[in-house]
Amino acid sequence: MQFLNTALPLIFMAIMGLAMLAYVILDGYDLGVGMLLPRAANDAEKDLMVASIGPFWDANETWLVLGVGILLIAFPYAHGLILTALYLPVLAMLFGLTLRGVAFDFRMKAGDSKKPFWNQMFVLGSFVAAASQGWMLGSYITSFRTDALTLSFNALIALTVPATYVLLGAGWLIMKTDGDLQTRALGWARLATIPFAVGIAAISVATPLVSEIIFNKWFRLPDFFALLPIPLLSAAAVLALWHVTGRKRIVDAGYGWIVFAATVLVLILATLGLAYSIYPFIVIDRMNVWEAASSTSSLVIIAIGTAITLPAIIGYTIFVYRIFWGKATDLSYGG
Amino acid sequence: MNETALLLARMQFAANITFHILFPTITIALGWILLFFRLRFKATRDAKWEEAYYFWTKVFALTFALGVVSGITMSFQFGTNWPGFMEKVGNIAGPLLGYEVLTAFFLEATFLGVMLFGRGRVSERTHLIATFLVAFGTTMSAFWIIALNSWMQTPVGFEIINGKFHATDWLAIVFNPSFPYRFTHMLIASGLTASFLVAGVSAWQVLKRVDSAATYSALKTGLIAAAILIPIQIFVGDMHGLNTLKHQPAKVAAMEGLWHTEKGAPLVLFGIPDKTTQTNRYAIEVPKLASLILTHELDGELKGLNEFAGKHPPVAPVFWAFRIMVGTGMLMLAVSWLGVLYLRKRTPATMPKPYLILLSLMVFSGWTATVAGWYVTEIGRQPYIVYGEILVAEVVAKHPTGVVGFSFAAYLLLYVGLLIAYIAVVKRLAEKPSRGQALNLPVRADLNRQTRTPLPQAGEGQG
Repeated sequence: MQFLNTALPLIFMAIMGLAMLAYVILDGYDLGVGMLLPRAANDAEKDLMVASIGPFWDANETWLVLGVGILLIAFPYAHGLILTALYLPVLAMLFGLTLRGVAFDFRMKAGDSKKPFWNQMFVLGSFVAAASQGWMLGSYITSFRTDALTLSFNALIALTVPATYVLLGAGWLIMKTDGDLQTRALGWARLATIPFAVGIAAISVATPLVSEIIFNKWFRLPDFFALLPIPLLSAAAVLALWHVTGRKRIVDAGYGWIVFAATVLVLILATLGLAYSIYPFIVIDRMNVWEAASSTSSLVIIAIGTAITLPAIIGYTIFVYRIFWGKATDLSYGG
Repeated sequence: MNETALLLARMQFAANITFHILFPTITIALGWILLFFRLRFKATRDAKWEEAYYFWTKVFALTFALGVVSGITMSFQFGTNWPGFMEKVGNIAGPLLGYEVLTAFFLEATFLGVMLFGRGRVSERTHLIATFLVAFGTTMSAFWIIALNSWMQTPVGFEIINGKFHATDWLAIVFNPSFPYRFTHMLIASGLTASFLVAGVSAWQVLKRVDSAATYSALKTGLIAAAILIPIQIFVGDMHGLNTLKHQPAKVAAMEGLWHTEKGAPLVLFGIPDKTTQTNRYAIEVPKLASLILTHELDGELKGLNEFAGKHPPVAPVFWAFRIMVGTGMLMLAVSWLGVLYLRKRTPATMPKPYLILLSLMVFSGWTATVAGWYVTEIGRQPYIVYGEILVAEVVAKHPTGVVGFSFAAYLLLYVGLLIAYIAVVKRLAEKPSRGQALNLPVRADLNRQTRTPLPQAGEGQG
């Protein structure tokens, strides 16, 4: 029992981190494609871009529900504290996700005269959702401070996350399209790489400055050297991004997936770094995972369910991605 | 926390959950209706079933999208506005919500993509299974959510340690005393909502002369399903009422407008509850009938609101919502049975025009009855959030009135806009059903016997 009391909150923190990471990668690419919609050359290209994410967006968004769900289920005390502090950005994000989600159907079904309007809502919704998630990430890392410096940091992250999603979206389009659209997607990826790299660097510098505890964790010896692979690998991945996005022939040779994969690698490393920084807190310097956790008996019940269903979820997710493997084609309910 | 902010928070939650329930109420049953269309097509190879499936998939996808986005909003509302709820009962509510996400939400969301866009990419069998999994997922989702809601109405299987709830018996929690009634009542409500939607839209198509064999089959399916479900629903509703009387007598007293405990209580058909005089003005009553219905004795004693001073719900909204629900149900009974009588001698194309107009007007009657029913049970639970255990006022987040007022106004504006857009698009789809498009589809009988999916070569596109 003592072992479970200690281990279960940590396990759930890890699952929550994984769910959030899965969300950022998966919904990230489809929100990114949404933000890139105005760059499409014509209406057919817009339809194709939306078609490339059509079968997936709903399931992608479910990872957010799982992440917040685990926060709610496993850490009810932190859940209330975090979500009440983020009241307005959460409201903005939900508005964004709502507009984007309904626009998928409305843009095709509301009639040709209304299509431009719903296309705009699609773009606006994608951006508002991404930007408010960035603001929330900034507030979370800075432990919900409200001084001017912190708020400007939050604003910076609020722009970084949309850039990250655009990069993921462009990486997705490189894999799922070809020809002219693919070539331009490569250019979009290159443009987005710059704010992406700046933003990740800013978060990496800011987190240790927020809390002395975090600073000491990173800069004491020998931990500093043990942790060095995280920033070094990230830098290498960013360089790879820059290299590939400037050379169309690498994509033509069949290595276009590197753009998406390198972005994902940076995000995985960033998540690991963030997890190391905040451990064992769930609200930095205020509440640790054990203080925030539900009762052990309730955690056991959910742990059993998670252990059975999560592999199944991952399994059928892969199955569905395989069904829609390859270059995107126009979607129809008919076949 | 002042009264205004609490009221605004409650109204915001009510607006969110009212908007949300409209869409799952349709999709839970429409998923099964779509599966029925698929199975009919598989059995008969008659293209009309294919066409009906194709048309209703469009409505399903649109409705599902609205359900998803409003559902995600709901999942955040607990934390943003009612943090005390999870802090107190998180040990019980958490696992129930968790199992909903893990066993239902992912299932329906993932296979929806295959169901909507997978035809031609997967075999007919795989597609049928995907359709089944979506319908099954939405139903499972309802199972967990209703389990939690019912537990909040009739809490059992827990102990309280230091003000926090701890589960002692999970089976008792899931299958709590009001769960079987509420779950059945809700599933049938969904069946009726989808049936009247299908019948109503089809009737409109006949009136607008955009009908086909598929329209008639859909109309028949909707009408017959409604005619079968409505008497069962009335019976289940009655059982649910008796169960409520046993566990939440204050709610029943409010539903019946029964201010004082009495033997041989009358059934108030109509009246205006007046809380200052504690009477119903302009009441039209049937003597002793309430006692007869609820206790099965003419002189049975029913507890009045006076027994629950300060701990009973506001009377007027519960009283009215109950009458709206029952009234709509009776109308559904009359309309669906009349329709089935017509079907014995006529086809949908030759039904009298006034009847088709009536059926079109009832297209969203399921929404009226469902929302009114939920208002009965949810407002009827007030002032508690967990009946008899925790007051709503204890768990609300302490946001300034202005902030909650702003978010409430924003949600209301968004929801009214989306609701108008939704109804307009359903109408547009109904009037432009793009006949023939479905008929041009390859029937893909060859896929029937194939076990392997004719996928593009894995990895081909990933370069």
